[in-house]
Amino acid sequence: MAKIITKNLNLWYGTFQALKNVNSTIEANRITAIIGPSGCGKSTLLRVFNRMNDLIEVLRTDGEVLIDDTNILDSHTDLVVLRKKVGMVFQRPNPFPLSIYENIVFGEKIHADGITRDELDEIVEKSLRDVLLWDELKDRLNEPALRLSLEQKQRLCIARLIAVKPDVLLMDEPCSTLDPQATARVEELMRELKSRYTIIIVTHNMQQAARVSDNTGFMLLGELIEFGKTHEIFTAPRDKRTEDYITGRYG
Amino acid sequence: MRKLKEFIVEKLILICGLASIFFVALIFLFLLKEGLAVFKTVSLFKFLFGKSWYPISEPAQLGILPLILGSLLITVGAAIISIPIGVGCAIYIAEIAPLKIKETLKAGIELLAAIPSVVLGFIGMVTLVPLVKNLFNLPTGLTALSGSIMLAFMAMPTIVSIAEDALYSVPKTYKEGAFALGATHWQTIWRVMLPAASSGILAAVMLGIGRVIGETMAVMMITGNAAVIPHTILAPVRTLTATIAAEMGEAVVGSEHYFALFAIGIVLFVISFAINVTADSFLHKRQQ
Repeated sequence: MAKIITKNLNLWYGTFQALKNVNSTIEANRITAIIGPSGCGKSTLLRVFNRMNDLIEVLRTDGEVLIDDTNILDSHTDLVVLRKKVGMVFQRPNPFPLSIYENIVFGEKIHADGITRDELDEIVEKSLRDVLLWDELKDRLNEPALRLSLEQKQRLCIARLIAVKPDVLLMDEPCSTLDPQATARVEELMRELKSRYTIIIVTHNMQQAARVSDNTGFMLLGELIEFGKTHEIFTAPRDKRTEDYITGRYG
Repeated sequence: MRKLKEFIVEKLILICGLASIFFVALIFLFLLKEGLAVFKTVSLFKFLFGKSWYPISEPAQLGILPLILGSLLITVGAAIISIPIGVGCAIYIAEIAPLKIKETLKAGIELLAAIPSVVLGFIGMVTLVPLVKNLFNLPTGLTALSGSIMLAFMAMPTIVSIAEDALYSVPKTYKEGAFALGATHWQTIWRVMLPAASSGILAAVMLGIGRVIGETMAVMMITGNAAVIPHTILAPVRTLTATIAAEMGEAVVGSEHYFALFAIGIVLFVISFAINVTADSFLHKRQQ
């Protein structure tokens, strides 16, 4: 089932065109990886889905991005609602300089008024269990989140996201600051989460894309060169440029 | 030859570096030497908590409580006015203002900091003082309130520029993280940016207050200088600083009065030192 569809999506930063006529269909409850060399526009594409690019002033887009059949590029889009539904995990884990507990309930507190302490406690436990941090952290909930290890921070950021009950998780190189073991555990977590969420991951690391994703898109210089089943992209790419990239001729 | 040159330059720089410490130590020692002499005739307790300041009556009464309360009242008043406005201004400049307005505002703040205090005092004397007098129907507008308002203007540039700096150095990733969770701009500022910048903002406030406590000229011109314990903010007061400035000229060198003024200097020194150390520890905490 299609969750996100981009139709003739173009995007400019000032006069620089960062995305060129991108057409793609991202399926629900699958992990979709977007790969490509630096500066190919993969992060830009990811940031279209929750309109994070809006923080940049000289931005212009055209085309359509349909999420559940609604065009989110429409100027009437309520960004608060959109970002609640389409959450994002960043390259560098960015927990807020608050306690672990406050980090997780942050989203709940800004979206729901008059929520009780018991309900919040429940959300914290559930979210931490979902990211497999509960047993480690249940006695340390009031400690500053900045004291955690990098992996724990990144998991915490995912927990913080899950707590607001999104449909889509956008992950922008979520493992690039983690060591291989931590990366493996986060990938495992992604596989566990995919039954409930639509996950899109941008990664530099082709092996990671091959390991975790169901579908893969390859981008180059703002164009989506090839998009399809991961095993097909990696074993039988149709485009010469994709083949050259995955065999390591450039990138 | 080259080595000798290096050596001389190095030592010269070393001397420059040590000079500042040396002078501070010298000033402090002089202050102590002159100030502590007053405690031969007055006890420390009586000096700090004595209710009347009549330095030239016979026998002299050297209680600085009215002066301490005067300084305190004006400082608290100025803090109440300048902290919300200053922090608000910093938030506006750091987060909300478009680039052009931002540059204009920053230049304006710097200009405010550049106005000599005697000029501010003078302007306060001819504009603010009559206004306060008429507004509250007082016999005189030379009150603690007038002083507080004028000093708030002087504390504001310090508070704004340091608080703005603190907000600006909050990592951009925090902001993105909050936005990505669907927070509005204000929620992001209130729940993420301000807590993240809190130690820097506290330091800004402390340094602003430090400026207020040490200020002399403007307060001397517009607070009325009555060395009595103030019961309302609409009463004239006299500050520690103004007392030294006003009376040092007429105090006989080596007299009890003269020593007492130096002792006031010590009190001011201790207060300023404490404030600066506190502010510094906040700033230091932020950098960790």
